[in-house]
Amino acid sequence: MHEAAMAQNLVEVILQEARNYGGRPIRAKMSCGMLSAVNDDVLSFAFEAVARGTLCEGMQLEIEHKPLQAKCRVCDRIFAVDLSGVKCPDCGKEDFELLPDAPLLLEQIEFEEGVDDGEGERRQEDTERQ
Amino acid sequence: MAKVNVGRKILSANETYARKNNELLTRHGNRCFNMISSPGSGKTTLLVRTIKDLAGAVKIGVIEGDIQTDIDAQRIRATNAPAIQIITEGACHLSATQVHQALQELSLDNLEIVFIENVGNLVCPSSFELGEDGKIVVLSVAEGDDKPAKYPAIFAKSKVLLVNKIDLLAAGALVDFDLERVKADARRLNKGIEIFPVSARTGEGMGAWYDWLKGRLAKS
Repeated sequence: MHEAAMAQNLVEVILQEARNYGGRPIRAKMSCGMLSAVNDDVLSFAFEAVARGTLCEGMQLEIEHKPLQAKCRVCDRIFAVDLSGVKCPDCGKEDFELLPDAPLLLEQIEFEEGVDDGEGERRQEDTERQ
Repeated sequence: MAKVNVGRKILSANETYARKNNELLTRHGNRCFNMISSPGSGKTTLLVRTIKDLAGAVKIGVIEGDIQTDIDAQRIRATNAPAIQIITEGACHLSATQVHQALQELSLDNLEIVFIENVGNLVCPSSFELGEDGKIVVLSVAEGDDKPAKYPAIFAKSKVLLVNKIDLLAAGALVDFDLERVKADARRLNKGIEIFPVSARTGEGMGAWYDWLKGRLAKS
């Protein structure tokens, strides 16, 4: 149940972002690497429980799993691995180095429209321009 | 709907404390290892034996993490080594914040190595950095030789694998355990992992582990 601690941290980060933005968050996208061993159902359940009674209550959570990557020591090819029977797709060798796993990342928050002071809209435009 | 790209690390609060812990330990010339395993693999017995056998050679302190009781800290203190118990009250892993508080209670100037014995769990603790110089995964032979294949994350992230309770593999024993399979599976995930087959009970194989540990001491 490391997902419970992850959910706690996720709600705290979203609440900070929501305060900065001045809006009500309704959806969040996050991503994680394979070695974080995140189970979507468990994390969503924990998130729902932690979010209850906060501004995050009722938010939808979308979780993207980023593949773990390895680099072949023989031919330098970088490829996605699932850790069961790993071979380089190019040279077929089993000599590889695991590259750093993707961190738990809050990628994006969607805020409800029309509940802020207009500052949010300006920031939204800034974000879209990027 | 207003979409805002954030790109913020979710565990950054933990990572901040992990960095602080590492800085604090480094400043005091300490090396720190985070021991992770299933419950019952023999982490505490390994630590007790290590502390006793290295008495006078290496100064060791321990931070113990358990869901309940200070039984493990008492076992460490019986060797005269300092031990701080963290009781997580249900949490399945230690956080860097908890370790930060525990570090304040250890006399780091009088130590060379701090072991953190994490809560017995092969999954959750591997996601939370504590500020250690390396993770040490312990696997006892009674758990089965399929564990590196089934729980790859911790074997991929560890500096050392201690295969404990090898005295159970003696002729006539009832444990089926293929040490070569464990070595191959662990090294496939982690080329550089050091593997020491040991028995904390009989002392078999412990010498190689002690040599590795002494080689990690900060140069004074």
